This record gives sequence, structure tokens and C-alpha cells, in this order.
Amino acid sequence: MATLEYRPLNLGRWVVWGASALVMIVLPLIFTSGFTLTLMSQIGIGIIFALSYNMLLGQGGMLSFGHAVYSGLGAYFSAHALNLVAKGGFSIPVALLPLVGGAAGLVFGILFGYVTTKKSGTTFAMISLGIGEMVFACSLMFPDFFGGEAGITVNRVIGESFLGITYGPAIQVYYLIMAWALVCMAAMFAWTQTPLGRMANAVRDNPERTEFVGYDTHMVRFLTLVLSAFFAGIAGGLNCINYEIVTAENVGALRSAGVLLATFIGGAGFFFGPIIGAIVFFVMVIAVGAMTKAWAFYLGLLFLVMVLYAPGGFASLILMHVPVIKARLMRRLWLPYAAALATGLVLLTGLVSVVEITYHYSLAGSTDPGMTLFGFALDVTDTIPWAVAIVLLVGGFVISRLAWSAVGRAWGDIIHVLQQQSA
Amino acid sequence: MSTAIELRGVTKNFGNTAIIRGVDLAIPRGERHAIIGPNGAGKSTLFNLISGRYPVSGGDILLNGESITSLKPFEINRRGLSRSFQVTNIFQRMSVFENIRCAVLWSLGYKYSFWHRLGGLKDANLRAEEVMESIGLKRRRDTFAGVLTYAEQRALEIGVTIAGGAEVILLDEPTAGMSRSETADAVELIRKVSQGKTLIMVEHDMGVVFNLADRISVLVYGEVIASDVPQNIRGNKAVQEAYLGTEAGAH
Repeated sequence: MATLEYRPLNLGRWVVWGASALVMIVLPLIFTSGFTLTLMSQIGIGIIFALSYNMLLGQGGMLSFGHAVYSGLGAYFSAHALNLVAKGGFSIPVALLPLVGGAAGLVFGILFGYVTTKKSGTTFAMISLGIGEMVFACSLMFPDFFGGEAGITVNRVIGESFLGITYGPAIQVYYLIMAWALVCMAAMFAWTQTPLGRMANAVRDNPERTEFVGYDTHMVRFLTLVLSAFFAGIAGGLNCINYEIVTAENVGALRSAGVLLATFIGGAGFFFGPIIGAIVFFVMVIAVGAMTKAWAFYLGLLFLVMVLYAPGGFASLILMHVPVIKARLMRRLWLPYAAALATGLVLLTGLVSVVEITYHYSLAGSTDPGMTLFGFALDVTDTIPWAVAIVLLVGGFVISRLAWSAVGRAWGDIIHVLQQQSA
Repeated sequence: MSTAIELRGVTKNFGNTAIIRGVDLAIPRGERHAIIGPNGAGKSTLFNLISGRYPVSGGDILLNGESITSLKPFEINRRGLSRSFQVTNIFQRMSVFENIRCAVLWSLGYKYSFWHRLGGLKDANLRAEEVMESIGLKRRRDTFAGVLTYAEQRALEIGVTIAGGAEVILLDEPTAGMSRSETADAVELIRKVSQGKTLIMVEHDMGVVFNLADRISVLVYGEVIASDVPQNIRGNKAVQEAYLGTEAGAH
């Protein structure tokens, strides 16, 4: 839980931060293709955005349906600022442009947040949805600012190059994004360790009691939202630099829903949950998206499975193993896990086959019945691929049910042992 | 002695039903005052009015001579009045230590700070440790509040209430649901933490009331029918008829 961490020794923390930085530096040296660079840059921005969202959802208990408003407006203001700089209107290094986005997020956080945070729960969710729709509608009403359908385009290569850094090559933008991601991660983590951060947890858990220890819950929610909007704005500014175009999608409901999905999949109850969430989400969107038209279907399915079976997200799945590792009981899980993985792969293969064949059949079945799936060329009007896919799906379902019940039994034993140890 | 809390003609209606029908009450600073009365007399409602949880329908409430009638709970708390709840109302998903630290932050002036690191707040952490010690939960420091035993949760409830150093403390049935020995411990705890403060408590256990209170007010159907020292309350005819004769006999 986010509120339980009193490790006197901060060495572990330094190791984690150092390792994160190292991974960020080394990754593009291993994965050198332009595609992975795009993916990793997007993940970096997504991490900032999802963490800022989790200040609301995870830390403050505010379910927002309109968080893209702050990142999107941050992106627009960054774009206009960059264009002004290009015209010689004023001067700011490109590396610091995200601060313009952050400032815009902050200002709109103050503007909208005061109203949205008056109430918590469903009311907050509804108002955030309303403001999101309102801002999106504005994007069509004010084409001068929002750029209409085409959006606002920018050129990030401006000004003098500093030590050869022009932000022309994508790799330089990648490192800029990662530097910001690291700074924002550290800042948002530090925030959870401040009086305001802790009182945000208090308001989340028990708003009434919070009022009776002297805190105005509205003010706590408001300040939390303003800070969260600031970080969202930074993510927006980085989006502007990364893509060199800002369109109305940036403030749209789909973006707002995406960050909710990512945060939830990763685990809203833990600080690092949204980081995992952003990685999984953008791998699904970009990497799976490049492979199949059905990516959104798989993402939805993943979300569904997580909500049903792991409502604490990937972070909770990881953390539930910590006591098991400490008690040296992991060996009891390897075999059931291996079985679950193997059978799960069969099930997944069956599922993907059915989905892909169905997609291909309904989209191009009559004109182009041929397709390749897992390296096999097949004809979607033929019955054999369908039969194989369905057998894999049903068979995979049956055997993975068996494997999962074995996992369940192993866990039952482990919990029993752990309870005996603690008693 | 100056007055800590004063109620002037306080009324409260829920719809057409009058729950509090004009209560006048003055409690001097430093007094331990108990409010007793049969179920449904409006004791908890009175607490909710004083602490700002509900708005009053009429009348005025003064804390240290200043009206707090229209103030919000957090404003009243900042002026030095703190309350506990009949149904335990703590931060279930936080540790004992975190619960108490949350309750001391405002009073120590950290307000909405996002530029202080909690771990570095020596005064807040020290105060939280002190309070934990005084409520006897030191060994449960890092336990989630939600998994404490009932009596421990009640002690934490009192700890959260007094941690901010409020001068006026309202305890709503602090010993409700406790065993005899737990009650005895709770009484000692209340005596200790209310030392030098103004204490107002709603309580059903007459042993606790007569043991702790300097003065007792009897609330029946939303009216204070008597307010006096314990001996006189015991001998008061109207009180015996309205309350003690039936309720106390059953206890």
C-alpha cells in the first residue's frame, strides 16, 4: 500500500533510481530501430502522464475522466510557445519547453480544479467528464488556437545547437524525454512523502475524519489536482516536442480513458504501478497495434481480465510475491506457474487465432481470403483454420483451468505456511 | 473560571421532527463533563452540532466566547475543539503511526505543505510517538489500523482525537462495546489524556460517568433536564424518573 513505507535505509531507493536511469540510458543502445525508439519515447511520456493521473486516482481517490485536458492544453501551449520562439517572439531552450506545458496545466488545474474538486466520488468523475467534453468542444470552436482538424504543427529544431544537441534526431528527443521522466518520477514520489501527499491519502480513505483533524478536504483535493495537472502539462509539452504536431485528440476523451486504463492495469494502489501500466499500455497500443488491427480488442480484454482477476494491477501481482520470496517458498510456485504459462500460451494462441481469423474474414474475407497467422498461410474461407483455432481456444481454456487450479492450491498452501510462521 | 463551550438555545430539526429543542449549557474550562440520557435523546446529535458535522437549526454555539455556529468542522478543529466518534472513524488503510501523524500535522503548522518531507518533521514524528505511547499502542506502530482489535481501535480513535493538542475534547461513547477490563483501561486513558483540558463525553456506562465526570448533564427528548455534580444528579427526582430509574436499573 502506498502509505506503508518506513524503511530507515534509503539505499534500496537509490539503487532503484540508479537502475531506472541506467536502463533508460542503455535501452536505445540495445534496441536501435526507429520503431523501438518511438515506442520507448512514448512510454517515457506515458509514465509521466500516468503517474500524474495516479496522484488523483491512487493517492487522492479521485476518478477523473478528463485528465487529458491538462496534458492536452499543456501540449497546445507548448506548441504555440515553440512557434513564437521560432518567430523570435521570445526565447526558451527547447529542453525547458515542457515547463511551459506544466505551467499551462497548472493554470488550467487552478481554473477547472476548483470546481471539480468541490465534491469527490461520482460527482467528481462526472464533472471531470463534463470539463473534458467542454474543452474538446472548444477545440472545434476556436480553430485559431487549436488548429482545427489539422492541429498545430511545430518545428522543434530551432535556436542555437548546444554541444551539438539540436533535438533533430529522435535519439536526442528520447534522452530529453527520459531526463524529464526521471525528474518527474522523483518529484512525484517525493510528493507522496509530504504532508499534502499524506493528507491526500487521508482524504481518499476517510474524508470525514480528515475534516475533524483540521483539514479542508476540498483544499487537499484541489491542491493535489493542481500539482497533478502541472505534471500532466509537462507530459503534454514532451508530446509536442516528440511528435511536432498537436491535434484535438490530445485533449480528447480517448486520451483520458487511455491514461485511466494504463494506470489501472499497472496498479493504482502503488506508486510504481502506473509506470508498469504505461509500459504495458503503449506496448499494446504501438507494438501490438503495428501487428494487428485488433489491438484495441486485446487491450480491452486485458483490462477486463485485470479488473476481474487482479484489481490491484500488475504492481499487486508483483508485490504479493515479496513475502513468498522472503519465506523462501517460491520453489513451490515455479512448477504451477510454468504449467499455467504453457497452457496459457495455448489458450492465447487459440484466442488470437479466432480473433484474427474473424477480423480478416469480416474485413476482407470475400476479396482476399488469404492471410498469414503465426507464420502459416491460410484461407479464412476454409474450415480447417477455424477448426484448429477453436480447438486451441477450447482446449487451451480447459487445460489452463486445470493449471490455474494447481496455482490456486499452491498459493493456498503457501498462505497457510505464512500464517503459521507469523502466528 | 472562563467558559470553554457554551450553547445558547440550540435547536435541531430533521424535517418536522425536533431532535434538539433548545439546549442551554455552559461548560467551564478544565471541566470533565458527561452528557447522559436514554437512547434517542439526541446526545450524538448534540455532539454533531457542536463539532460542526451538522448545521444547527437555531441558537448559538460559542467556543472560548466566540461563535462557531456556522463554521465547518475543520475550522472548528483549528480553533481547538476535537472529537471522537461513536462508530470508530479512523484511517483504516494507514498504520497506527500514520493515523496519529495525520492528526498532528495541521496543529504543528504544516498545513498543505508539499515542500516538507514527512520523515524529516522531527516535531510531528516525536509528537506522534508520544501520543502512541500514551494510548499504549507503541508496539502496534506499523500495524494497519483496520486490523487492530476493537479496543485498540477505540484507543486509536482517542489518540487521533487528542493528538492535535485540542483544548476541548468531545468523546462520543468512548467505552461502547468494551469488556469490563477494557473499560477500566479506557477510563484511565481518558483521565490521563484529558488532564488540564475540557472534556465533554457522551457515555452510557454509569460507572464510567460517575467515575470521571465533574459534572453531568441529562438530556431527555432534546432538552437538558438537569446539569449538576454527580451526587446531585443521582438524587435528582426528575432524572430518576426520566432516565436512571429505567435505564440504570437495566445496566
